[in-house]
Amino acid sequence: MSADLQKKLEEVTRVRGVMGAMIVGAGDGLVVAESLMEGVRGNAVAALAASLFSRFGDASSASGAGAPKFIHLQADEGSLVALPGADDVIVVAVTDVGVNVGLVRLEMQRVVEAGT
Amino acid sequence: MKAIKTVEPWALEPLEKFLAEASARLCLLTTPTGQVIAQYGFSRAVDVISAAALGAGIISSSREMAVMLEEPAFDALNHQGERHGIFLAEFSSPRGGLVVLIVYGPESSPGLVQLFFEEFVRDIDASCPPPAHQAPVLAADFEKELNDNLRTLSGGDV
Repeated sequence: MSADLQKKLEEVTRVRGVMGAMIVGAGDGLVVAESLMEGVRGNAVAALAASLFSRFGDASSASGAGAPKFIHLQADEGSLVALPGADDVIVVAVTDVGVNVGLVRLEMQRVVEAGT
Repeated sequence: MKAIKTVEPWALEPLEKFLAEASARLCLLTTPTGQVIAQYGFSRAVDVISAAALGAGIISSSREMAVMLEEPAFDALNHQGERHGIFLAEFSSPRGGLVVLIVYGPESSPGLVQLFFEEFVRDIDASCPPPAHQAPVLAADFEKELNDNLRTLSGGDV
């Protein structure tokens, strides 16, 4: 994991309302790199987010929409956002309810461009 | 729907939860010497016994490699193939060391299995009673007990 990539991941977490950002193996659900606030269970989020991304991929492909480009899962107390990177990884962020999702997506896209 | 077959009732509930959450296709819970405690998904007794023996062998070899590398122990072994993956891990319980072997398909992942394995270990710890004082095994009872356990684990295919 390059220092540049880790720096980009930390930039995602600097967006107000972001509690953590991770690069996760899409096939294995394991954490490749992370920048998380205390209390966020990185391994659990990674495993479940990868599984979710895979299932959404199946659903969107089956519906003829193709592979997912961005997933935003809104919950009562926050959101989970994920987008695919290169080399079979996904970039995942955990946020609270008041986050600017567009800004988070932009920063996550920069992580992808930095070389995932 | 396949059923879990177990010779120890305390293993049933934690295993049911683990298998459902991790989407496992096959599962074997054994002692580190390969004595089978519970199984899920195997249809033939011979497959159960072979898998248990292979799992115990891998655990034993890994333990010796850890000793050679001056590691305390290896946590778990994970092989992910194209269609199936295996997860093999030894853990402590009130009854001593136990080994779990999981076979999973593409609907699961090493991350999911590892995640729910940690919960499974906690559940086993809570449900497993401490070992009762066991009377010495008599030669006259040994064969009958062995056959009873094999019958339970194989669903009568012995």
